[in-house]
Amino acid sequence: MPIRTVYKAQIDHMQILDEDGKLDEKLAKNTLTDEQVVHLYEQMTICRTLDEVAFKLQRSGRMGTYPQNKGQEANAVGAAIALEKGTDWLVPCYRENAALFMHGLPMHYILLHWMGDERGNQIPDGLKITPLSIPIGTHMLHAVGIAWAMKLRKERGVACTFFGDGATSEGDFHGAMNFAGTQQVPCIFYCQNNQWAISVPREIQTAGETIAQKALGYGMPTMQVDGNDIFAVYKATKDAADRARAGGGPSFIEAITYRLGDHTTADDAKRYRSAEEVDSWKLKDPLIRTRKYLERKDQWSDKKQSELDERAKKITAEVVKTAEGIEKPHTDDMFNHLFSEIPAELRRQRDTLRTHSLGQEPGQVGLRAPGQAEHV
Amino acid sequence: MPELNLVQAINTTLAQEMERDERLVLLGEDVGANGGVFRVTEGLQARFGAERVVDSPLDESGIMGAAIGLAMGGMRPIPEIQFEGFLGPAYDQLVNHAGRMRNRTRGAIAVPMTVRVPWGGGIHAPELHSDSPEAIYTHHPGIKVVVPSTPRDAKGLLLAAIRDPDPVVFFEPKRVYRSYKEEVPEEDYTIPIGQAKMVSEGTDVSLITWGSMVFECLAALDNLPEDVSVELIDLRSINPFDRDAVIQSVQKTGRCVVVHEAAKTAGMGAEIATVIQEEAFLHLQAPVQRVTGFDTIMPYYKLENEYLPSAKRIQEAVEQVLAY
Repeated sequence: MPIRTVYKAQIDHMQILDEDGKLDEKLAKNTLTDEQVVHLYEQMTICRTLDEVAFKLQRSGRMGTYPQNKGQEANAVGAAIALEKGTDWLVPCYRENAALFMHGLPMHYILLHWMGDERGNQIPDGLKITPLSIPIGTHMLHAVGIAWAMKLRKERGVACTFFGDGATSEGDFHGAMNFAGTQQVPCIFYCQNNQWAISVPREIQTAGETIAQKALGYGMPTMQVDGNDIFAVYKATKDAADRARAGGGPSFIEAITYRLGDHTTADDAKRYRSAEEVDSWKLKDPLIRTRKYLERKDQWSDKKQSELDERAKKITAEVVKTAEGIEKPHTDDMFNHLFSEIPAELRRQRDTLRTHSLGQEPGQVGLRAPGQAEHV
Repeated sequence: MPELNLVQAINTTLAQEMERDERLVLLGEDVGANGGVFRVTEGLQARFGAERVVDSPLDESGIMGAAIGLAMGGMRPIPEIQFEGFLGPAYDQLVNHAGRMRNRTRGAIAVPMTVRVPWGGGIHAPELHSDSPEAIYTHHPGIKVVVPSTPRDAKGLLLAAIRDPDPVVFFEPKRVYRSYKEEVPEEDYTIPIGQAKMVSEGTDVSLITWGSMVFECLAALDNLPEDVSVELIDLRSINPFDRDAVIQSVQKTGRCVVVHEAAKTAGMGAEIATVIQEEAFLHLQAPVQRVTGFDTIMPYYKLENEYLPSAKRIQEAVEQVLAY
């Protein structure tokens, strides 16, 4: 019996808009209109501005730990516009702010979350967005379940889950991919490969050449895209969504991008990566190349830019004001949302803010009135 | 004697023991080049090499399970799980494998490893970065659990844990990491796992706690009337815990308050109170009281201080126990 090849594969990489703002016209056909590109550029700019404001809020003690999205905005906006707001689910990690905003999440919710207030997770009715996921790589399975439910209920939506390169090392990643593949659910796995999981570089995360190839093992269409290119991100996500809607099951997208900032405000990336590396990625910044593209097409000007900067500043200032204007939650807030109905002991803890029993239960015998104590 | 904080004490102890025992291997997320997100392993990779201080893939189950294998293979692994809230994915490996291996092989195979885990609240961290799950792992047989509250104790307990032939979960109170310094002897010493520490002797009430709550209890003591004599015990080891120290103290004082950060229901306070009524029933002058976190999810940081037992709540419980 001769040895024969039973499986062969290749991983394609797609770039449509290069670092200089040059477009591959052929691939760009039927993708984004100029109007849409302007819209996405504005969304990225507003998100970037909020990021910088959030950083300063943290540094001045007005907000807790915050993970900047800086450098990865094209992934969020390109995917968000390819998906249908209110129909498709977004199941994010925590570096997709702009996608959440585009699908209707009020911007101050993100600040509230990082200001240590759970109400930032209280997703408004009608939005198909799950709250930010802090533990790495646990939420992809939820996206699979949501997609599965939509399939069972014969809804036309798809679920798109975002995660980083690090998340693909978690066991739950395997579970999510395997369930999605075997159940053929309408789910898009969007991996923002930003090269670093805190201090751990991509090469240490996996010995494989690409992350995209992991999907092959689950029988899933997969490809790599330039994650700083809104056209490539849009096209890959749109194709995956169309395929899912048509009953073609899940898809995988590995988007090559870069975390220009620290992991969070609690991190100092200078400890583990070189300035040269960061500088080389600054040249690939999605905002810069999108602006170049718009300028090339006479769709942009310095005047428009300063107007946008002004507007972004105004919007974010308003968002900060809203978030900071929300009063600290009442202590009841800790207790009231654990169950649909609060059990008696929990109610007692809520109403007394005590866990010891003496002095809390009027019927309890033995407690002397203050001053009667022998010891004191 | 150098004055060290908790981070430095653990760091120097790890270095000392790695020097002494070549079988020691550190593995975890960001423990190498970055020195850990709390810098507890700072400088160790540069000193001992990337083979012994390993930046692992982002996989808690993998870290724990591979550490079990390393231990079975003759190494002495010290896996780090970055925050106690991330123990979840590693739970199966820890409780169902590390905790059971010796028993299920009738002693033929053991798992000598020390799982280092930053633990507890009080630093205004994000979700799942502030929990106190010591009772959960204590409930599972076969795993020892310690929570040192000071740099000096951390050194002695860490050396005891590393040299222990069984798995030990070594919880490090984040709130204490850099907030308290003391002299730590440079020489080699161990503190037996299962031995409590008498922080202050007293005759009126026993106050039993561990981790960062030791400092909250000390603050409560400052506010109590001077003629109240409180015996403050830092349990240090949760599993096994020092039953004798607790029983003897309560036999003397007749009154007891247990303080912990974790939720009340089925927390360690319940176990301690039960042991007290089993062993010192006729000595009790008042019901044992628990001052703990509430039976809620640890809230995001805006309500963190309201969740954690405060000196005021501790003081009030002590006064009420005394007034009983």
